[in-house]
Amino acid sequence: MSWKTEWKKFTAIVAVFVGLCFLPIGVTRFDNAIVEALQLAKWYAREHVLLCLVPAFFIAGGISIFVSQASVMKYLGAGANKVLAYAVASVSGSVLAVCSCTVLPLFAGIYKMGAGLGPASAFLYSGPAVNVLAIILTARILGLELGIARAVGAIIFSIVIGLLMHLVYRRGELEKANTQVAMPESQVRRSLWQNAAYFGAMVAILVFANWARSGDVRAVFLCCPGGLSTYQVEGTLISRSGEQVEILDVSGKTHKIPADLIQQEEDVEKSSLYEAIHRLRWAIVLALLAGFVLMLRSWFVRAELLEWVDATWGFAKQMLPLLLLGVLAAGLLLGRPGPGHEGLIPVEWVNAAVGGNSIRANLFAAVAGAFMYFATLTEVPILQGLMGAGMGKGPALALLLAGPALSLPNMLVIRSVMGTQKTVVFVVLVVAMATVSGIIFGAFF
Amino acid sequence: MRKIQVLGPGCPKCRKLAENAQVAADQHELDFEVEKVTDINEIMKFGVMMTPALAVDGQVKAVGKVPSPDEIRQMLE
Repeated sequence: MSWKTEWKKFTAIVAVFVGLCFLPIGVTRFDNAIVEALQLAKWYAREHVLLCLVPAFFIAGGISIFVSQASVMKYLGAGANKVLAYAVASVSGSVLAVCSCTVLPLFAGIYKMGAGLGPASAFLYSGPAVNVLAIILTARILGLELGIARAVGAIIFSIVIGLLMHLVYRRGELEKANTQVAMPESQVRRSLWQNAAYFGAMVAILVFANWARSGDVRAVFLCCPGGLSTYQVEGTLISRSGEQVEILDVSGKTHKIPADLIQQEEDVEKSSLYEAIHRLRWAIVLALLAGFVLMLRSWFVRAELLEWVDATWGFAKQMLPLLLLGVLAAGLLLGRPGPGHEGLIPVEWVNAAVGGNSIRANLFAAVAGAFMYFATLTEVPILQGLMGAGMGKGPALALLLAGPALSLPNMLVIRSVMGTQKTVVFVVLVVAMATVSGIIFGAFF
Repeated sequence: MRKIQVLGPGCPKCRKLAENAQVAADQHELDFEVEKVTDINEIMKFGVMMTPALAVDGQVKAVGKVPSPDEIRQMLE
C-alpha cells in the first residue's frame, strides 16, 4: 500500500466514522430536521415533479433544439444596432441560457467579439434569471408575483447595469478581436407561427395542468413568534380553536397555524370562471395534448423529435439530482415553510438576518447571494426554506437577482475575461441593484 | 498527428462531446489527438461563443451542439 495514494480515502473513512460516533440522533432539533428534509422532498415529488418540472424540461429541450440561436446572436454581433443590442441582451437569456454552462462563453463572446461590454454585462446579469426553467419553478413554488418580479426585475436592471458599465468604461472599449465568429448553422423548417403554436401549446399544458382550485379563506400570519415577515396561505378552513387554525391549502397541504400568530383572516371571493377552469382542467389538458401530438406529427420529422427528447432528457438528467440535493439540504437546514417546521438553523437567526424589508436585510441577502454558488434551480427550494423561516419577500427577490448571476467561481472566470477592476465594478453594481429592487418589491408586496 | 479540439468550460455536454470525439478518433484509420480546451479566453480565439464546440486542425466544425461519433467521423475527412 502506498501512503501517498491512499491517504485521502483513509482520511475520508476516518472522518465519516468519527462523524457517526457523534451523530446527534435523539436531539429534537436534529431529528426534526431529518423529518423536515424527507417531508419536503416528498412534497416536491408529489406536487411539482410530474406536473410542473416534466413539462418545463420539455419546453427547455424544445427551446434549445428548435429556436435558432444564430438568429438571436446576430443582434449581439459587432456591427449590431446599440439600442437593439441592449434590448436583445436583456431578454435573450430565456433562449440562449437554458443551461447555466452556456452563460459565461456567451458573455465572453459578446464582450470580445460582439456588441461590447454594456450588452455583455446586461446578458450576464439577466441570463440566469430569465431562463425558462428558473422562471417556471420560481412562479410555481415561491408564488406568481415573485416569479414575474424576478423576470421583469432582471430585464429592467440588466439594461441599467449594462448602460452603467458602458458609461464607466466608455473610453476603454477594446478593439474588437478580428475573429470570424463561428455560428451554429440554422435550419428553418417551420414558420414563426408554427413554432409559436408549438411552444404555446406546451406552456398552456403546463399552466392548465397546474391550475389550483381557489380557496375559501386566506390567512395572513407571522412566520414565527416575534418575526418580522408575514406569510400567506389560501385554502379551506378545517378547524378553528382558541389555540390554532387549521387550513387545507390549495395544493393539498394542511397548515396548523397558532392563533396568536394570525394577523388577518379574510374570505376569498370566488370567480366562477376560475372554478370552471379548475373543474375542466384535465379535459383542457387532454384537448391540448391531442392538438400538440397532431402538431408533432405533421410539422416535425422523426430525427428532430428524437433530438428534442434527447435534449429534454439531458436537462432532466443534469438538473433533477441537483434539485433533489438542494431540496434535501433546504429541508434539513431550514425546514418546511410554516410555523412548527424548523430545521437545523433556528428561525430567529433567519429573522435577524433577512426578516422584514429593511435596507440591511436586503443588502445582506444580495451580498450573500452574490458570493454563494447555486446550482441551476436549487436557489428555489433554498429560498422557499428561508422565506418559510421568516425571510421577507424583498430580501428574497434581492437574493434571487444577485444569486444565480454571480458566485465566487464565476467571478473568477469573469475576472479572467475582463480584468479585476471591471469585475469589481460589475459585482458592486449587481449587489446595489439587487438591494434596490428588493426594497422596492418588498414595499409593495 | 492531426488534432481534434473540444471547446467548452467543462459542462456535462462538453464531456459528452469529448467522449464522442474520442470514439470517432479511435475508429478513424489516421492518428488523432483529442484535446480539451477549457480556458474561456482560448475558446474565444476560435471565434466560438456557443459551447460545446469542436475544431479539427484548428478549423471550427460544430458549434453549440453535441454531434454523434458518426457525424464527427465525417468532419474528420
